[in-house]
Amino acid sequence: MKHLKVDPIKEGTVIDHIPANKALKVISIIKPVNDDIVTIGINFSSKKFGRKDIVKIEGRELTSAEVNTISLVAPNANVIIIRDYQVVNKRLVEIPDIIKGSAQCGNPKCITNNESMTTCFTTVSRDPVRLRCSYCERIFDIDELKVD
Amino acid sequence: MENLISMRDLDPKHILNLIDKAGKIEKKEIWPDMRGKVMASLFFEPSTRTQLSFDTAMKRLGGEVIQMSGTKGTSVEKGETLSDTVKIINQYSDIIVVRHPLEGAARYISEQVRIPVVNAGDGSNQHPSQSMLDLYSIFKTQGTLSGLTIALVGDLKYGRTVHSLVYALSSFAPKFYFISPELLSMPKYITEDLDKLNIRYEVLSNFEQVVPELDIMYVTRIQRERFADPQEYERVKNTYIIRAAQLKDVKSSFKILHPLPRVNEIHVDVDVLPSAYYFEQAGNGVYMRQSILSTLLGVE
Repeated sequence: MKHLKVDPIKEGTVIDHIPANKALKVISIIKPVNDDIVTIGINFSSKKFGRKDIVKIEGRELTSAEVNTISLVAPNANVIIIRDYQVVNKRLVEIPDIIKGSAQCGNPKCITNNESMTTCFTTVSRDPVRLRCSYCERIFDIDELKVD
Repeated sequence: MENLISMRDLDPKHILNLIDKAGKIEKKEIWPDMRGKVMASLFFEPSTRTQLSFDTAMKRLGGEVIQMSGTKGTSVEKGETLSDTVKIINQYSDIIVVRHPLEGAARYISEQVRIPVVNAGDGSNQHPSQSMLDLYSIFKTQGTLSGLTIALVGDLKYGRTVHSLVYALSSFAPKFYFISPELLSMPKYITEDLDKLNIRYEVLSNFEQVVPELDIMYVTRIQRERFADPQEYERVKNTYIIRAAQLKDVKSSFKILHPLPRVNEIHVDVDVLPSAYYFEQAGNGVYMRQSILSTLLGVE
């Protein structure tokens, strides 16, 4: 019998294949509210990646904007939608060509850090993840940006 | 072309069209009639040369200019947002020319207004009208933009004119030499872009060895105002002082360009050489800015 480290969920979203120790970053992106039930698994063994994190959120299906943001910190993650204990949709996240509002520019002299406005980045490379701010035009490694 | 924000937005066709039009204006073959048009010149950061050059360009084509120079005494000092400021200016004018200390400000402004915007410098990011006048100067002296060997000397880290120029020339199969103190070397994000475009470049600490093969040497001032630590400025300020004696073995078409103002990086004994082109370069700015303003306003 298959041994499950975390309980299955009836309705909601499972985010699998998050890089090890990035689960809390994913949590900060999906911003659970008071009633949300969230299960976090850190450092699970993974055939593909050696170690991985996993996040399950009950009763909520993530929006495409949330999935796009998650792709920045977990570019190989699988997003699985569960309804009535069944997998109804399973897809690999994909970093979009243009990313709006998901990350703060790392340049303190960028207009986006000084005016109330939405940030915008274009994807320069997906592996490693590197983005160009559409305003100050600088290129950043994903670790140099605050993703939220 | 709706705005001129970054050289990265311009394809070679746009660049060559602007150069062609500037040439026709200079030779008095055309006179784009800008009577009845108002240019708002918004300089949130002081500048004399660029602001006066744009003003002259507009006025010599019959247009009018309204000006803001610095933010003292303006609604900006009272706490008005940049978005509100430029939306008001939009009501008064047909085109906005803006210099702002924050990087990306010109692009943001272009999203807030319904009239064309020209970036006259946004922090240490882009200064595309300077790049276009540099390209016009290069084209005038070399007869082409293609396949040239160009040394960029001085502050390559903070010098936005250099950044814009590198992007502008990258469509024309250049070979670059980047010559600067290590502290002021070309930013990685730019060299990475060049790598992707397969542009040839070499990083050197000395220019003398490559002088004979150069078509253009583009020199920039090491800018005191960009240094937080005055000691760092003192360490690098005199790294490159170009003298006439170092420029004996050059191509006949070789030219030295500088966006000006200079401090001491080009010795005055260079000024009398046929290769000294920096003062003519500044004059070319008016024709190029006339070309830019009239193109954006759809005036032929």
